[in-house]
Amino acid sequence: MAVEKNNNGLQLLGFWVSPFAQRCHIALAEKGLSYESLEQDLSNKSELLLRANPVHKKIPVLLHGGRPICESLVILQYLDEAFPEASALLPSDPGARAHARFWAGFVDTKVFECGVRLWKRKAGSEPQVQARKEMVEALRTLDAELGDKPFLAGEAFGFVDVAVVPFAAWLVSYGRLGEFDVEEVCPRLVAWAERCGERESVAKSIHPPEKVWEFVGFLKNKLGDK
Amino acid sequence: MAAEAPAVKLIGGYGSPYVHRIEMALRLKGVTYELILEDLRNKSELLFKHNPVHKLVPVLLHGDRTVCESLVILEYIDEAFDGPPLLPADPYERSEARFWAQFIDQKFARPFWFSFWTGDDVDKRAFLKEAKENLTLLEAQLKGRSFFGGDTIGFLDITACALAHWLGVTEEVTGVTLVNKEELPAFCKWADGYISDETVKQCLPVRDELVAYFSARKEMYMARARATLHK
Repeated sequence: MAVEKNNNGLQLLGFWVSPFAQRCHIALAEKGLSYESLEQDLSNKSELLLRANPVHKKIPVLLHGGRPICESLVILQYLDEAFPEASALLPSDPGARAHARFWAGFVDTKVFECGVRLWKRKAGSEPQVQARKEMVEALRTLDAELGDKPFLAGEAFGFVDVAVVPFAAWLVSYGRLGEFDVEEVCPRLVAWAERCGERESVAKSIHPPEKVWEFVGFLKNKLGDK
Repeated sequence: MAAEAPAVKLIGGYGSPYVHRIEMALRLKGVTYELILEDLRNKSELLFKHNPVHKLVPVLLHGDRTVCESLVILEYIDEAFDGPPLLPADPYERSEARFWAQFIDQKFARPFWFSFWTGDDVDKRAFLKEAKENLTLLEAQLKGRSFFGGDTIGFLDITACALAHWLGVTEEVTGVTLVNKEELPAFCKWADGYISDETVKQCLPVRDELVAYFSARKEMYMARARATLHK
């Protein structure tokens, strides 16, 4: 597969610890597509970011020939469609594609959103305790969905694994904030996370759980309820 | 002799714009389907069996496949059935349609809910302002065309169906006005065009019935809004 010297006209606006940006880094690596990585300062957003994503002002944003694509799962699907010659992230069967989209969406609405409440709401408050219950249930559900399969996508690492694996680095933090034993709640997911971590694309893109925990501390301090 | 196409069933519930999205998609594709209506206050074993994760409608049953989550179902229908495409062909235009669909389902919903269903004890001005800004952003995506899909209804139009029909109903039930024809002319023209479409009319709940349905559930929606506000 040819690696274009001009980075395929691709630029990724990201932020080091963002699981959404990491999805895109992993996807680009899996597809063997070179690109320019532009780390953003979210405390002082650049003109480039504000112009590229005026609606949400968030990363990640993929720029392809200068045109912006926003929302990580939209970016992943765009990469498959704009670069059909590179190895596909999504499977070809419509039923399997629906399965992948469903579970990628599940992580966004049930795990990530809940995770925000877990660090944002005051520890031990009613909303935070509610968030703990929801997180445990969400992780158990994901663990059951993985079941005995080597990957969420089945026999091989796929779109849904790309979408979910960045959150593996957050499990330690969720466990601490939620006061639950991650190994007890989702043992298969823990093993899966290690398996995925052996892939170069994943190893290069995600940060160790303790670094994430440090970042959560920073978030809690800055934006958490007092 | 060709094998018979596997049966298509849609588990739905009265009054749901998410269910309407799927009925529209199936009809635009020319797919015959059986609609199974749930009583959403008394959900059936069938629904729990096919959507154990969210326990929500719509759910599409296609042969031995089950698909949940309306936007996931829309893409499935586009990919699994022949017929006119719902999404545009160009990858960049597809990414734009998906982006705005996510916008409608995520960023849009919250200020919309809180604008209409919170009580007089809540200062709605910020929610109304955000909801209006969201509508303005969406209106810009029409880019002078009749529909988001161009000359005909497509993926983003059916995704936005609640804005064409349910929004007006909600304004009537709650007495809160969000849309102003002077401020959002293209949006209003789109909404009128959508609800006048012959295919839409075949599966759109009748306005008066929907008003009665929402009015009867006003307390429930207000309680839900109150609970979510303090989450």
